[in-house]
This record gives sequence, structure tokens and C-alpha cells, in this order.
Amino acid sequence: MQGGRTYRFSFLLMVLALLCSWLLNISSGSVTIPFADMLSTLFGESPEIASWEYIIWDYRVPKAFTSILVGAGLALSGLLMQTLFRNPLAGPFVLGISSGASLGAALLLMGTSILAGYTSLSFLGDITLSIASSFGSFLVLLIVMIVAQRVKDTMALLIIGLMFGSITSAIVSVLAYFSSAEDLQRFNFWSFGSVGNLSINQLFLLGSIVAVGVLLSIVSIKSLNAFLLGENYARSLGVSLKKSRMTIIIATGLLAGGITAFAGPIAFVGLAVPHLTRQIFDTMEHKVLIPAVMLCGAILMLLCDTLAQLPNSASVLPINAITSLVGAPVVIWLLVRKRKMMF
Amino acid sequence: MVKTEKNILSIADLSIGYGSKTIAQNINFDLEAGMLCGIVGINGIGKSTLLRTLGGFQAKLSGTILLNDEPLEKYTSTALSKELSVVLTEQPASKNLTVQELIALGRQPYTNWLGTLTQEDKQQIQTSLDSFLLNDLRNNKCHELSDGQLQRVLVARAMAQDTSLILLDEPTTHLDLYHKVQILKMLQALAHDKQKTILFTTHEIELAIQLCDRILILDGKNHPFGDPCQLIEEKHFDKLFPSEMVQFDAKTGSFKVNK
Repeated sequence: MQGGRTYRFSFLLMVLALLCSWLLNISSGSVTIPFADMLSTLFGESPEIASWEYIIWDYRVPKAFTSILVGAGLALSGLLMQTLFRNPLAGPFVLGISSGASLGAALLLMGTSILAGYTSLSFLGDITLSIASSFGSFLVLLIVMIVAQRVKDTMALLIIGLMFGSITSAIVSVLAYFSSAEDLQRFNFWSFGSVGNLSINQLFLLGSIVAVGVLLSIVSIKSLNAFLLGENYARSLGVSLKKSRMTIIIATGLLAGGITAFAGPIAFVGLAVPHLTRQIFDTMEHKVLIPAVMLCGAILMLLCDTLAQLPNSASVLPINAITSLVGAPVVIWLLVRKRKMMF
Repeated sequence: MVKTEKNILSIADLSIGYGSKTIAQNINFDLEAGMLCGIVGINGIGKSTLLRTLGGFQAKLSGTILLNDEPLEKYTSTALSKELSVVLTEQPASKNLTVQELIALGRQPYTNWLGTLTQEDKQQIQTSLDSFLLNDLRNNKCHELSDGQLQRVLVARAMAQDTSLILLDEPTTHLDLYHKVQILKMLQALAHDKQKTILFTTHEIELAIQLCDRILILDGKNHPFGDPCQLIEEKHFDKLFPSEMVQFDAKTGSFKVNK
């Protein structure tokens, strides 16, 4: 399905853009560090001011890598869902998967203390949080999938996804009403989205989750391409529908759920990035699209995080708001320009 | 039932339907390699159900379906994809595929786990593009194509799959007369030149009579099957529709509306 084009040049540009946005991301922050000093610190030298080394290595570099993982993973999960649901508007948010993750996180952060009377959640590690929100997103994804089998109409499917989102947020509201201020705040901070608070261990865990999701996606490349024709055609091409659908769902659940667990619900990256990517890489071949959306997602996330980090100020805007502010206009622009959204 | 060695498809005493609901039964026919066969019958008689059953999309109720002398249900999905390809009434899910990309998907049964195309795959794709006059359109997106062009692309994809049997569900719907004839002529050429067995459902009985080697009439009773001329002689088309509305004229091989 190459069509004679290899997109080598586009990929080269994207990798360069990724590198630039990575450096830009690291150079910005509440403490101004001259670019030259930042570069030399990155190359292992000790900077003039000792705290810079700490800021760069212990805070900014992990944050930049988190952004890359989050952006790449969410974009990939959006691509998988658009192909699986044969719907250009599918994405972890629209189909309620992120709300599912929120529900999982809310049940853990607020529900456990209400139900079991625990006052401290410190014993519940990050792994528990990521399992809970992954589980929540899996659950919603499975329900949406079952409904998708019965409802062939893609518009209906989207509305159902939105309804699931409403149901889960309603449950979250109820939980919030009954939970203590402390738990509520913890959940609120989680729901703003953040890529800055991950320890090296958490980063490693997130990296492993994303890696598994990416691996499962790579294994599914052939069936993803076949799904572009529709399920019946895919079947006639020898694709085992059940197995490949399940693989794609697990990959999506891991990516969207795992990332939402660590970074909070981050909107629009999953929906908008695949469409943006197709403006550059005009192909439907997933062998090209998978690395392309991951690069594009990582770049966008790094830039959004740079924006969120107000220059020369200690305040950080919620990343979720920034991605929405950037992502929603992109989707509107694409719709207005092309009149019809395609995948 | 006489079984010759060349039979690609042998259907005996087949009943089709959904669960407890039988739609058609007692279907018998054999198709040899290189035959173009049309399935005709009024709406709701079970043409598409028969095609779906033969394509392995739904289970038969009873009877036997032999594909290359093997029962259809014995095939694994991978093995079946090398023996049987389909053209469905549903549109491809993504119309953002280019013509060449879509046709290349027909090679999936033969490619490796990443779907890498070998020289042979590329050759097959080129042959399909050429056979269906699509070479100039190869880099066009499917949403840019007319209905007739898209239908040709879908058939070309089935051809690229290189199977002994090709099933098509109403390949001529939504097309004007010229493109109906064009697609059927191309199917005829594919059947005769490449020795493919092609079975399609259609409402174009008059065209089917002129172009098909065999016709299966689903009439809800005996389901006559045979050479179109022979079926005309045996007056099978006369009973196809309620006679107060339309009548078959055996001399011209066409239907006349009763005024």
C-alpha cells in the first residue's frame, strides 16, 4: 500500500520539529535559564548556578518526556479509535473513554474513603491509580464496543459515547458531593491534567504502558488497514475480527487509560492530531500513520505544555485547558475547510 | 448430482436463512472455472442471503457448499481469503484511500505480518489496475470517484485478491446503462480470460441473459439453473414476476409492461 511514496522527508522534518519543541519546552519555565547554559547542562556540564542542574534534570527533562509519551500515546489511541469505529470524530474523549478513566480515578480517590472510611490514601500507590483509571476506560470502551455492534449508525454511536460521558461525570459529581475537601481537591488537580509531577519511577511505568500499547498497535497494522474497507471486507481478507478488534481495544484502553491516570484527562489530542497528521502525510497506510501521529502528538503536546508554562512566571495553566484551546479550533478549521471530515 | 473435476463451486440441497427462518431451500447448482453466473429473482427472495451464505458471512441452514471440492465451513479464514473474494453493496468505510491503496488491500492474504508488498503483489495490483482501466486514476482518492469508477475499483480489488471464486452483491446498482454494461463486460472478460468463477446477484435480467454463461433463478420453489437460452426455452423467466404486471418476451429476451 506504499503508493510509491515513502514520506522520508516529512519524517525527517517531523523529527527535527520534535527536537526543537523538546528544547523549547525544556528552556521555558518559571526560572529563566539561558539557552546556552541549558544546552551545556543537557550535555552533562555543571551550570553556573547549581540549582539549574536540579531544575533541568529533575524537573524539566522528565516533564518533557512525559509530554512526549502523553502526546504520542493519546494521538495513537485516537487514530486506533477512528479506524476501529470507522468514524472521523472518534477519540478517547468523544467516545467517553476518558470519562471512564475519570470515573475509575474518582472512585479510587474519592469513593474508597466514602465507602470504606479510609482517611488516608497514601497507601494507594500510583499503580493502583493507573489500574483504576485504565479499568474505567476499558469498561466504557467495552460497553461502547458492544453498543457499536448493534448500532451501525456512527452518529448514534457518538451520541451514545457522549451519553456515557454524561453518566460517568454525573457519578463523579455525586462522589464529589460526598467526599472530603481534601479528596475532592486531589481529584480536581488530577482532572486539570498535568505532565509535571511524575517521578522517574512513574515515568518509567507510564513509558512501559505506552510501549505495550504501541507494540499492540504495530501488531495490528495489517488488520487496521483492512478495517478501512469495513468489517465485512476485512473478514473476507482473512482478518480474524474478534482477535484484532480485541487487540486494538486493549491497546486503546492501555494508552488512553494509562495516560489519563498519570496526566489526567487531556482533551482533544486524540481527536485532532490524527486529522492534523493526515494534512502532512496524505495516506491511510497505518505503517506510515502510526509513527506519524505519534510524532505529531508529541510535538503538539510539548508545545501545549510550553504554552501552559507561562514565561517567567511561577504559574502553570492546566494543560487540559490549553489542549482544548488549541485542539477545538483545529477541528473546527478542518471541518470548515474540508466541509466533510474524513478518516 | 454429477460432480466433474473442474467444479469450483458445488451447491447441493442448500437451505439458507436466519436461525429458524428459512428464506430459500432446495438450491442446487454447480459452477466450473471461468463461468460468469448471475443470480436473479424478485426482491426478498434471498439473493443476498444466498451470496452472504456462500461468502461465509452467515451459516447455512442445511445442505452442502463445496468450494474446490472442500466443504466451505472447513476453510480457515486465512485459507478462504485466498479462494474467495467479495464485492459487497456496502461502501468502503474510508473513502480517503487512493485507488491503488484500496486495490493493494486485496493482496493482504498473501503479504507478511506488516503487509509489505512483494514484486509479485505489485504485479497483480498493476494487472488489476490495467484490466479495469484505472491506471490514470490510481492516485485519486475514492471520494473523488463516480459510482461507476468506484465499482470498478472494488471489483479490481477482488481481482487482485486472486481467488478462484468472486462473489458480487448487485454490482450494477446505482449505475447508468452504459456503466452497467461496462462492468458486466469486464466481469465477463475476467471470467473468460483469467478463468475466474464469478457469481453475482442482479436485477438486470435482460443484461444477464445476454452476458452470463449461467443464470440461477431464485423463484422460491425449484430455483432453475442453466444456460440463459435454455432457461428461456423452458419458460422459466415467464414465472419470475407476477404476470399481470410484466411479461417476458422470449423472442427479444426482454420484459414488457402490461398496459
